[in-house]
Amino acid sequence: MKRQGVVTVQRQGVFYLIEISGLCKQYKEVRAVDNLNLTVKAGEIFGLLGPNGAGKTTVIRILTTLARPTGGKVLINGRKISRGNAVIKREIGVVSQRENLDIKLTARENMELHGRLFKLPPGERRARTKELLDFVNLSERAATAVEHFSGGMKRRLMIARALMHEPRLLFLDEPTVGLDPQVRRKIWDLIRSLNNRGITVLLTTHYIEEAELLCHRVGIMNRGRLIALGTPTELKQKVGKVVVEIPNNRVTGYNDETKYLVFENRGEALRYASGLQDNLVIRESNLEDVFVELTGHKVGD
Amino acid sequence: MLMELIYDTYTVFWREMILLRKKFRSFFAGSMVSPLLYLLSFGWGLGRNIQIDGTSYLNFVVPGIVALSAMNGSYSAAGTSLSVSRLYHKTLEEFLTAPISVLSLVLGNVSSGCFRGLFSSSLIILFSYFFGANLHLSGWFFVSLLLTCFLFAALGLVAAMVVNSHEGMSRFSTFVILPMTFLCGTFFKVENYPAAVATLVKILPLTHCSISLRAIAMRAEFPLVSLLILAAYAAVLFALGMWVTARVE
Repeated sequence: MKRQGVVTVQRQGVFYLIEISGLCKQYKEVRAVDNLNLTVKAGEIFGLLGPNGAGKTTVIRILTTLARPTGGKVLINGRKISRGNAVIKREIGVVSQRENLDIKLTARENMELHGRLFKLPPGERRARTKELLDFVNLSERAATAVEHFSGGMKRRLMIARALMHEPRLLFLDEPTVGLDPQVRRKIWDLIRSLNNRGITVLLTTHYIEEAELLCHRVGIMNRGRLIALGTPTELKQKVGKVVVEIPNNRVTGYNDETKYLVFENRGEALRYASGLQDNLVIRESNLEDVFVELTGHKVGD
Repeated sequence: MLMELIYDTYTVFWREMILLRKKFRSFFAGSMVSPLLYLLSFGWGLGRNIQIDGTSYLNFVVPGIVALSAMNGSYSAAGTSLSVSRLYHKTLEEFLTAPISVLSLVLGNVSSGCFRGLFSSSLIILFSYFFGANLHLSGWFFVSLLLTCFLFAALGLVAAMVVNSHEGMSRFSTFVILPMTFLCGTFFKVENYPAAVATLVKILPLTHCSISLRAIAMRAEFPLVSLLILAAYAAVLFALGMWVTARVE
């Protein structure tokens, strides 16, 4: 039987917008996603953190029906997703990692196309285009062909386009990859303000800082598997609070093998450090340390 | 349902037409080059004093050239635009994540390919009059032309959805489109081949495009069988296009 109307999935008072169970994706030789189980709550910013090739993008591609899973189940707002499911597609907005705008079209025409694809009436199309181009600071470039845009402008336009049909769930695949630090902060502010308006966000990133500063909860992925899940604070507490970093450059000056030691508090770290002659850094632990602890290598490696 | 299909198909078509408008000059000039060369070399150069079936070679060859430019025009319009959008600009993602049916996506792309194919082949018909050709253009001529454009636009879509690179796309046209250009009764009668070769060539769709267009333009016997074969090709390729589009990643 076909389910009608808005389906709500209520478990212990929490509303899950995305439910993923046993998700697998096998490409010929590679298992890109390996038995992934994950739920995303309505209203949160959830981050999938991991190195390139960890399977994050594949998860987003499956959730947005661009790729088909080889196993497992995905529910969005209680409904099974499929390429033909127009109801779910109206609820989600997608910002891909790769720029996928029509570069020969102007910013306004790109918005217009999206509005038509989502069957917004002409008046609403024009109003939303104006409002959203304002929101992402592109009003003055509305009539410019996208091929003349900078990377940051394209990313902002892609976000504006994804918001055109007022989705309640937004997928952002590496939203700030390749952008300047200043532009990156602008995009973060944009994502936070969307979340404040009630939009649930699932993003992927390989930037530690992005996951830590922006996300309410983080899932760490490596080689297709989810290896840790929790709030950034919870995850960091698992490894310890204070890190002593000792760059091992005494002999050659070139060896970049850095030694990491994790301590429960500053006192212990200082006691250890005071006995050393080496150059060292004492800092609070971050999600990178969590990743190193779990996998033995750094996110960037 | 039907209204939705029409609306979404038009959206896909609308975007292709905006793109076409933006590069209209180069499209217009580009789609004239090879047919003009064919008209010049085969119509005037080679065929000046040749008679075939009691008419000038020009009258004989023009329907073949029309079939050829309909094939090339619609195949490359649908194929190039889609493969670039899928592999390079990734704009196909925008359509795949939108709440439109696979049917409207395929229909929109095939009809815009069709439109461009019809446009370039109409130009040839127009030119051929300046070259002195005398064709009988009936409604059935345009039905054949439409079927030709439709089936090759669908073929272009299928190719664009299955290849994995631009090289793949050009290999596909080298092995599929290029042989048809010369083999399929465009410049000479298929009956000139030895029987076995003729049978093989009659499997290919462009053969039936040339046969139909030529028979109608020269007021010969109505090409019912060829038209049915064209319709079957169009239906099968369209269905195949739906199948690959529903599965493309």
